[in-house]
Amino acid sequence: MKEKVLFTLQTPYRKPLQVKGWYFGNPEEKTLAVMGALRGNEIQQMFLCSQLIQALAKLEEQGALSPDCGIVVVPCANQFSMNVGRRFWAADNTDINRMFPGYDGGETTQRIAARIFSALTGYAYGIHVASLYLPGDCIPHIRIMETGYQRPEDAEGFGLPYTLLRKPRPYDTTTLNYNWQIWNTQAFSLYASETDDLDPVAAQLGVEAILRFLAGKGFCRSVVGPGEATSLHHEENLINILSPVGGLLVHRLPLGAMVDAGDLLACILDPCTGQVLEQLFAPVFGRIFFRHRSRLIHGHDVAFRILKGNDPGVE
Amino acid sequence: MISEVVRVPLAVGEDFVIEKNSIGQGEKRVCVVTGTHGDELEGQYVAWRLAALLQQESSHLRGRVDIYPALNPLGISTMTRGMPLCDLDMNRTFPGDLQGAMSEYVAARLIEDIANADLCIDIHASNIFLRELPQVRINENTAPSLVPLARHLNMDLIWIHSAATVLESTLAHSLNTLGTPTLVVEMGIGMRVSPDYGEQLLTGILSLLSHLGMWDAPVMPVAPPIVSSDGAVFFVNADVPGLFFPSSDHHTRVTEGQELGVIADPLTGKVRQRLCSPTTGLLFTLREYPVVYEGSLIARILGGSQ
Repeated sequence: MKEKVLFTLQTPYRKPLQVKGWYFGNPEEKTLAVMGALRGNEIQQMFLCSQLIQALAKLEEQGALSPDCGIVVVPCANQFSMNVGRRFWAADNTDINRMFPGYDGGETTQRIAARIFSALTGYAYGIHVASLYLPGDCIPHIRIMETGYQRPEDAEGFGLPYTLLRKPRPYDTTTLNYNWQIWNTQAFSLYASETDDLDPVAAQLGVEAILRFLAGKGFCRSVVGPGEATSLHHEENLINILSPVGGLLVHRLPLGAMVDAGDLLACILDPCTGQVLEQLFAPVFGRIFFRHRSRLIHGHDVAFRILKGNDPGVE
Repeated sequence: MISEVVRVPLAVGEDFVIEKNSIGQGEKRVCVVTGTHGDELEGQYVAWRLAALLQQESSHLRGRVDIYPALNPLGISTMTRGMPLCDLDMNRTFPGDLQGAMSEYVAARLIEDIANADLCIDIHASNIFLRELPQVRINENTAPSLVPLARHLNMDLIWIHSAATVLESTLAHSLNTLGTPTLVVEMGIGMRVSPDYGEQLLTGILSLLSHLGMWDAPVMPVAPPIVSSDGAVFFVNADVPGLFFPSSDHHTRVTEGQELGVIADPLTGKVRQRLCSPTTGLLFTLREYPVVYEGSLIARILGGSQ
C-alpha cells in the first residue's frame, strides 16, 4: 500500500487541502480506480472506501493481488466541506460531481474535478461510491449510465442483486461516472444505502462486491463468497410513489420488503393533529427499492420507489 | 390579474405557490420571469416597475404580459440560490416531469404555463461573487432568431455562447426547443438590486413590446449592443487564494497588461498575486466578493471592444 497526495489546493483561511489516494498492487497497471466522497455529506461512501483500503492492504500483504493488477482508492476529495457540515463545496455551494471532466483553467471546483479526473483516468474500471440526490435510503445496487460504451454484463461480477441502467439526462453529462465511460473506463456507481450515517453492514456488502468483482476478473484471489445473481433493470422499471399531501410520513413496511399491489406502505399524518391525511399503497407487485427517509414529507416528494416484478432474473 | 401557476402542499401548515400577474388582454403574450435563483434579486425591481407601469398605462398595451416575479419563492425567502427542499439548482430541472418529484413537477407546470407565449424574458442577476454588465446570453444554436429580438432589449452586450449539453436543462433551452423564443438577461450582482440596470432593462422591455406591436406609447431609443461570441471573451482566474482588491473599475475599457487588482494575504501583509488584463477591451465582469480561492473567477474582458 502506498499513500500518495494526488493534489493540494491552497485555501485562504484554512490549511492546504490535500486529496490523497491509496495505491495497491502493480504501480504500472491501471486496473481499478475507486472514488469515494465528492460531497461533504458522503460519510458512508468515505467509510466504505476506508474499509476497502483495509481489505486491499490485507490482500496485498498476503500476496493475493495478481501481478497485473493496480488499484487506487480515493476515500474523500471534499474534507473542505465535510469538516464544516456542508454538502457542496463550502465556498460557493457548487457540486464537484457536476463539474467533470473538469477544467484546470476554470473555477475552483472545475479545477478540483480536473485534478481528480487526471488522477483517475486511464483505468480499465472505475467505481464511484455514490449517493442519491433524493433524501432517503435505497437497496445496495450498481448503477450504469447508458452512454453507448457501457458493458452491463460486467456488473454481474459484483454479485449484488440489482443493477440499474440509467439513460443519462443533460445534467448527468458532468458526472464522474459519465465521463469515465466517455474516456474508455468501464464505470459503475455503487450505492451503499446510507449517505450521512454509517451503515456498516451495507458498507461491508459494498467492499465484498468490489473484491468479488476483482476476483472474477482474475485480479485477486477470491476471499468472499459468490454473491447473488444480478437482475438487470432499466431505471424506468422503478415506479415512483409520490406523496399527494404534506405531513409526517410514518412507514408501515421496511426497505427491501416485497409488496403486492394494494399493500399499505405508509401513512401521512397531519403534523399537528395526528389525523391520517393519506395512506400510500403499492401500485404494483415488486420490492421497495427506495424509501424517503425524512419523517417530514412535502407534496410531490418521492415517498417510495418500487422495483416492479419478480427478481432475480434479467428484465 | 394575479393567479396561481402551481401549488404544492408543504409538510407543516403551508403551501408552496408560484404566482403570476397577467396584465392586458389580446392574442399576443409576453412572459417576464425571474427569481429562479433565490440569491438573484435584480429581476424583482424590474418585475415591480413593469407591473406598476403596465397597470398604470394599460391603454397602451396591445396584448398580455405575464409577470412571474418568483419562480423559486422558497429560495428567495431563505436567501438560498437553489431550491431549499432538495438543494437543486432549479435551472437544471427543466423541462421537468408532471409525474416526477416536486422540483420536476414544478418545472413541468411552469413550462406548460409559459409555452406558446410569443416571447419569454428570463431575468437573472449574477451570483454574489461577480458583478455583471447588463447583457443577454444566447446559445449559438438559437442566435439567428434571437439576436434580432435581443437588440431591442437595451442591454450593453449580447454574448453568443457555445452550446453545452448540461445547459439543455435550463428554462431557456426548454422553451426555445418548444418554439417559445426566450431571452436570458444577466445583470448586476446577487443579493443586491441595481436600480439603474433595472431601469435600463425596463426601457428595453418596452422597446421590445413596441417592436412586437404590443405597446403603442412612445419609447426611449435604445443604444445598439455589442454582439460577441465566446472567442472575444477573455477570462481572468485567481491562481492563489486570498483577498481580492480591485484597482480597475467595472464597465470600463482596460488595456492589455493593465492591473485589474491584487490578491492580498491579510496574515503576512503581502501581495500574493497581481492580476493584469490579458487584452485590451471592456471589463464587463468583475469580482465583487473579495475572498477568493485558486480558480475563482476575477474578471471577464471583451477583447477589442471600444
